[in-house]
Amino acid sequence: MSTNSLLSIAGVRIEFGSEDEPLVAVRDVSLDIAPGEVVGLVGESGSGKSLTCRSVMRLVAAPGRVADGRVTFDGRDVLAMESRELRAFRANDVGMIFQDPFSSLNPVFRIGDQLMETLRANRGLDKAEAKAEAIALLERVGIPDPPRRLLAYPHELSGGMRQRIMIALATASEPRLLIADEPTTALDVTTQAQILALLLKMRDDLGMAVLLVSHDFGVIAQVCDRVAVMYGGHIVETGPVEAIYDNPQHPYTRALLESVPELESAGRAQPRAGIPGQPPELGEVLPGCVFAPRCAFAQPECLTISMDLAPVGPAHACACPVRPFAPVGAVPAAAVPRSTEA
Amino acid sequence: MSTTVPLTPAAPVAEATAGHRRLHRLRGLPTSAKIGFAMLAILVLAAALAPLIAPYGQNQLDFAQQLASPSSSHLFGTDDTGRDVFTRTLYGLRVDLLIVLFVTYIAVPIGVLAGAAAGYFGGWVDAVISRVVDVVVAFPFFVLVIAIVAIVGPGVKGVIIGVPLAGWALYARLARSEMLVMREQPFMLATTALGYTRRRAIFRHAIPNLIRSSLIYSTVDLVVNMLLLASLSYLGLGAQPPNAELGTVIAQGQSTLLDAWWVATLPGLVLVAFGVAVGLIGDGLSDGKLRGGRS
Amino acid sequence: MSTERPGFGPTVPDVVHVTPPKPNVLEVENVTKEFALRRSLGEIVSRTDPEVHRAVDDVSFTLRQGEILGLAGGSGSGKTTLARCLIRLVEPDAGKVRLGGADMLAAQGDELRELRRRMQMVFQDPYASLNPRMTVGQALHEAGRAHHRPGAEDGPAFVARALERVHLSARFADRKPKELSGGQRQRVAVARALAVDPEVLIADEAVSALDVSVQAQLLKLFVDLRDELGVAIVFVAHQLAVIAEVADRVAIMQTGRIVEIGETAAVFGAPQHEYTQALLGAHPRPNPRLRKGAAAATTTTAEVAT
Repeated sequence: MSTNSLLSIAGVRIEFGSEDEPLVAVRDVSLDIAPGEVVGLVGESGSGKSLTCRSVMRLVAAPGRVADGRVTFDGRDVLAMESRELRAFRANDVGMIFQDPFSSLNPVFRIGDQLMETLRANRGLDKAEAKAEAIALLERVGIPDPPRRLLAYPHELSGGMRQRIMIALATASEPRLLIADEPTTALDVTTQAQILALLLKMRDDLGMAVLLVSHDFGVIAQVCDRVAVMYGGHIVETGPVEAIYDNPQHPYTRALLESVPELESAGRAQPRAGIPGQPPELGEVLPGCVFAPRCAFAQPECLTISMDLAPVGPAHACACPVRPFAPVGAVPAAAVPRSTEA
Repeated sequence: MSTTVPLTPAAPVAEATAGHRRLHRLRGLPTSAKIGFAMLAILVLAAALAPLIAPYGQNQLDFAQQLASPSSSHLFGTDDTGRDVFTRTLYGLRVDLLIVLFVTYIAVPIGVLAGAAAGYFGGWVDAVISRVVDVVVAFPFFVLVIAIVAIVGPGVKGVIIGVPLAGWALYARLARSEMLVMREQPFMLATTALGYTRRRAIFRHAIPNLIRSSLIYSTVDLVVNMLLLASLSYLGLGAQPPNAELGTVIAQGQSTLLDAWWVATLPGLVLVAFGVAVGLIGDGLSDGKLRGGRS
Repeated sequence: MSTERPGFGPTVPDVVHVTPPKPNVLEVENVTKEFALRRSLGEIVSRTDPEVHRAVDDVSFTLRQGEILGLAGGSGSGKTTLARCLIRLVEPDAGKVRLGGADMLAAQGDELRELRRRMQMVFQDPYASLNPRMTVGQALHEAGRAHHRPGAEDGPAFVARALERVHLSARFADRKPKELSGGQRQRVAVARALAVDPEVLIADEAVSALDVSVQAQLLKLFVDLRDELGVAIVFVAHQLAVIAEVADRVAIMQTGRIVEIGETAAVFGAPQHEYTQALLGAHPRPNPRLRKGAAAATTTTAEVAT
């Protein structure tokens, strides 16, 4: 799309199974991220969101493979990189954090040793420099008393602390892109809010772009500028987070938003219905639109359409040509039936 | 709006019958395990059908054919009294398999039950069972069996009594540690929460889930016991001549090893083949277990 | 610890099941559970008494027939331990639990099994709460037979009825748990609990592992079951928004104590305890205009400790 994008994912297809009978997990996904932009990738389990972000780091585990498409970072073809170039790319240009900060840290080594080892390997620092840098990194992610924390083992720290350490590790080289795969799912809400705020602060301080993957639209809405909604291996809608929230154009996006539990529901007698049915399974081949079997607005032609994103507003695109909802702009935000806080 | 869940097209597995499913599982095993099963099937069939396929009697002497090398009339050659080694190998394998299967698979259920009880109830039940297990495991296995042989006299009796007496303890340990983990699994907590009796919880819910690793481990035990039996016989403490048993056949071939290598070597290779077959199966099953877990 | 404040707070929209007050089905008084922390070798040698962690600290509440009580709190707040104390998966150290007047904590043997039948539990992890070796039908029939429920002699019909209650087709009876999705498994777990006709259902983080679209289906199912069967539900969840969707009343737990309890709309509309306020304030909101921004990045001292 845009020429000034930092990361460009174009037409990526991820397959499992044999070459002859591939099970397609991600189909023709394209996404651009500009420098300093925070982009959310939201979807339910099996939607392909984690695989998509892993493809950026070439971390799709066998037997999965990127079968088609291009991943370009700052003009460089990531999928074509040789192992040495790839290692440098992972070490310096992109950082990644995962859902479970405990299993990402080695339990038998002190935090400081793990941080310093990474710094010495990736940046060629000597021992004293690495220690000073490690302390600076911990300060940057808001950990009090860094010299003492360096001596701690992972199990001696809370989940939030561990995730802060992971963020420190992932951003040690001041990468231009941080990929965060469900970084707060294992944390309490109060800690979650702090970690999300930390991600925003890192963006502001370092100017790095963030690709945030989450199943929770609440988390996405807290930090993202733009959001891409995934379902059944496709991006079904993408746009500015406010546009997606106020004016979802794809029936899946709307149903997803209507399923999100809200504090304002307290005392309301009528529970939400959710989306009937189950998401498609890996390898299930559905004709036309993948959401059609669960869609309340499905038309006969939905079984033959292609799921290409078409523009529906400023920077807002949707993969549903039927589009049963009013076009963007026709509904003032205040008239949206969902409750907003006074 | 109704919340009835429309069925997604049933996965092929869901429609298969139980029998199909079992075959399906076999087909899903790694090639090495399939080879193992094939080898074992041939050995077991040959042993079971020994009276039908053996070309001679196991103690049929033929002094015209002493130490004849392998040929079409004597596949494995003959020994120093002209007995057909192939025939003796088949009969020997038959005896060994019977004894080894018996001693191994009498130890498994005893050990699993004891271990499951220890793990499930904990407390003094666990303390008593675990201490007994510790004592049995601490006692050297071979020495224990030989000690029993010393008491009951040479012959397979020693093995039949001694091996289960010592063998159950490892299964008890294995089952106990699995039960300790499983006890905290929600589906086992649910058996308590549902108000099931302990008997129901242990026999219908826990044991079917924890017996698998014991069965996998038992493949190792099969080989160990087979070698133990052959070794004891070789030492003259197990099966007694003249009837064939692999250990005795090998022992008898030893004296003529330099003149007639086949008498000891070929039955030995059959023993090796058994070990390899069972080993391949055990590996395949435990791999399958890993893959059968949560994806 | 505050008491109930009926009608407290701003305009409370039509709260369900307030009139007329139904009798209490579950009464919990001063339940306490302590765990001894593991001692180091040095402490064992020096015979130091083990340090005690009070997971549940003097908790009391009541549950009316057909009521849904939400039990919320962060990790380590003791909500799951409390839930397990109620049916004695964990033995409480002190207190009283009365189910329909019967003393749950004094019961033994068959009497305890019968009381457990009347108070069922649904667990969090839908991947582990069903016996992997049993088909759905076997698991459901097993529950019915173990408690001699009426109709359990006719297995297929009993199973079909149990499945229908949770809106699953009878065709699921032949499936093994691994052939089901997370939401379907959780429906089966609910069906199994209901197969023995309980009066109280304890849902311990029962929807936490599910995707939101499926989670909403399950939440609706719990409300429907309460409306149709009149079963009372203790709904344990760490997500306040989930509790907002289903609970008539909510109890907020922190470090083993209930710090606030009341009508859900009242508590969420005007939280009194600062911990409740912190939980509500930190809750991620789907409306991007309710953002909190980067200012909140500093650590609180509470988070530093393990």
